[in-house]
Amino acid sequence: MFESKSGVLLLAGLGFFLFAFLSNALVPILLYRNLPEKTVEELADNQNLIYQFEDLSVRYPEQFDKYYGEPSKEKLAEALELGRDIYVGEGCWHCHSQNIRPVSNESTRWGKVSYSEEVQNELNRPVMWGTRRVGPDLAREGGRRGNDWHAAHFFDPAALSPSSPMPRYPWFYDDKDPNKPNKRGIAIITYIQWLGSWLEEYPHYEDYVPLEEQMVNPLE
Amino acid sequence: MSTDSTSSGLPTEADVAAQHGDLVIERLVYWYFIAAIGYLFVSMSGGLMMALQLVQWNPLHDSEYLSPGRWRMVHTNAIAYGFIANSFLGALHWAIPRLTLKPVLDKRLSYFIFFAWQVVVLATAVGIVMGQAQGVEWGETPVWIDPLALAGLALVAVNFMAPIIQMKGPLYVTLWYFMAAFVWTFLTYAMGNFVPQYFVSGTSAGVIAGLFIHDLVGLFVTPLAWGLMYYFVPILLKKPIWSHGLSIVGFWGLAFFYPLQGIHHFLYTATPDFLEYGAVISTIAVEFVVTTVVINFFGTIWGSGRAVVTNLPIRWFYTGMVLYFVTCAQCALQVTHTFQKLIHYTDWVVGHAHLVMFGVFSMWFFGMMTYLFPRLLKTSWYSRSLCEWHFWLSAGGIVVMFLDLSLGGMFQGYFWASLQPWDVSIEGSQPFWVTRLFAGLAIISGQLAFVYNLWKTWRLSKKNAKTSNGVA
Repeated sequence: MFESKSGVLLLAGLGFFLFAFLSNALVPILLYRNLPEKTVEELADNQNLIYQFEDLSVRYPEQFDKYYGEPSKEKLAEALELGRDIYVGEGCWHCHSQNIRPVSNESTRWGKVSYSEEVQNELNRPVMWGTRRVGPDLAREGGRRGNDWHAAHFFDPAALSPSSPMPRYPWFYDDKDPNKPNKRGIAIITYIQWLGSWLEEYPHYEDYVPLEEQMVNPLE
Repeated sequence: MSTDSTSSGLPTEADVAAQHGDLVIERLVYWYFIAAIGYLFVSMSGGLMMALQLVQWNPLHDSEYLSPGRWRMVHTNAIAYGFIANSFLGALHWAIPRLTLKPVLDKRLSYFIFFAWQVVVLATAVGIVMGQAQGVEWGETPVWIDPLALAGLALVAVNFMAPIIQMKGPLYVTLWYFMAAFVWTFLTYAMGNFVPQYFVSGTSAGVIAGLFIHDLVGLFVTPLAWGLMYYFVPILLKKPIWSHGLSIVGFWGLAFFYPLQGIHHFLYTATPDFLEYGAVISTIAVEFVVTTVVINFFGTIWGSGRAVVTNLPIRWFYTGMVLYFVTCAQCALQVTHTFQKLIHYTDWVVGHAHLVMFGVFSMWFFGMMTYLFPRLLKTSWYSRSLCEWHFWLSAGGIVVMFLDLSLGGMFQGYFWASLQPWDVSIEGSQPFWVTRLFAGLAIISGQLAFVYNLWKTWRLSKKNAKTSNGVA
């Protein structure tokens, strides 16, 4: 059996693979089967996010009107979906994880530890946990910074954080002007602002005192 | 504990030599290798671009189609499906017919698969550069290509299974690995590219993506590569594999434990803890299996150790095996929760991935190419010293890159945990990223030496063909 062709094909080829699939993939699928998968429309029904989307329409009225018209939940869902595709297509997820671990002080830095319910939605097909952090984790990035910050940051990351090795994304803008995010620019900003917007305690601002200041006056 | 060649199922050299012309489509083996080297350079340019980006010295800014984010995906995909898959297809076209004494199912199908595979890989690269990637690591292949790629994998399996199934007598261990790998590759590709995209989301999609990441290495690359080692090493050393029993342990241990490991990529995520522990335990278990395989190969070379000095392919193979043991020992360490706390998401993992893909599998392919090109071109290498340069630049480059990134990863882990501003970790990584850039440049120059040598050898083969025709 262990050295015959049918043995190798059935036991090793099919059997062990299926065993792994059943035990390691089907078990979580069954565990989460009662957790409803939220559609993009349901995700767009979120006051924090709607606020950011409307803010975009006020800040960049010309571009917003041109690509999305009046801000509405449908348009927000459209921007969210496009933003996610851009996030994947540009490879953002290779340098920014979206998973806050319960170790290494990550919850102090970024906020609440990631949990299953928040990724059970259409925008997480497949989930964007990521594999590497060159830049910080983005799971709680939404609301932390304003839309104008993101518009300037995507245009030239090093202008806002000088040591950042993040590439520039001038194709997110009309006329190479950081004040004119185009359809893709508005979509990716919307997507970033969505991250963490479902939390009650949204947003999480980084509560940080630079080391030098701590050292200058340790008793204060 | 050695076995003679008849009981291991290997045909004798005379049998093979007599029928070689009918069995092996030499032109196709050659084409596959050339295509593989072409994609190797595509991949290396993507890697170089990313390395330059990290040290903020990328001269190719601001073009959408040259964005480092996209080329980082071209980098991994060109290696997996361009370099590694093409090298495999070439080497399999040599090994399987010679081992079974039967040709592949249909030689026209072989030619068709060659062109179809290049179309799939090129389409993948173009799709990624256009920004249509799918969100699975290693599986960024745009969704519309996935069914095509899967059909191609099915054809590959059918074409190569035919001679194996027709063969009479006991199967040599190489063929177990190949048979299982054809089934695994097909299933793994289908699982990773379809299930998390169309059927499930969130944590469930995450664990399947994890299985896919690991199974692509463990069930596609590893078994085919070890199968080829079991084939080439005894031939080059002119003696049978040390222990048939250990080959059985190695194969079945890998088959059982390897598929179970995927979730170890996502420790400390929302994945249930008991699944994380299961993946960690099976990873540590596979360590013991790997040790048996490595012992088996070092048993084989025992007594002919000088071959690593004189015989270049053997040197490539055994260097790869040493690094394989290192990388697997590293696996057993780094998948534990204790260690993940520090090194997950850092450059440590990047170093590990480079050590596996370049330090082990690419090394083996370079060994096979060093062995096969003179046979395909009917002339010896143009320059032995260029072959040596290829080896030492590749080996030196990957070892430096691996040590550098491992150390850099630990620094990053401590920077993050210490809650310094993020910029501190970026600035602290600069020396490691600069070192990595130079290690990468060493690797690239090694491959340039290889290509120059190959070109000169090809010129030599043309000249030889002309003079021998003239004499006849």
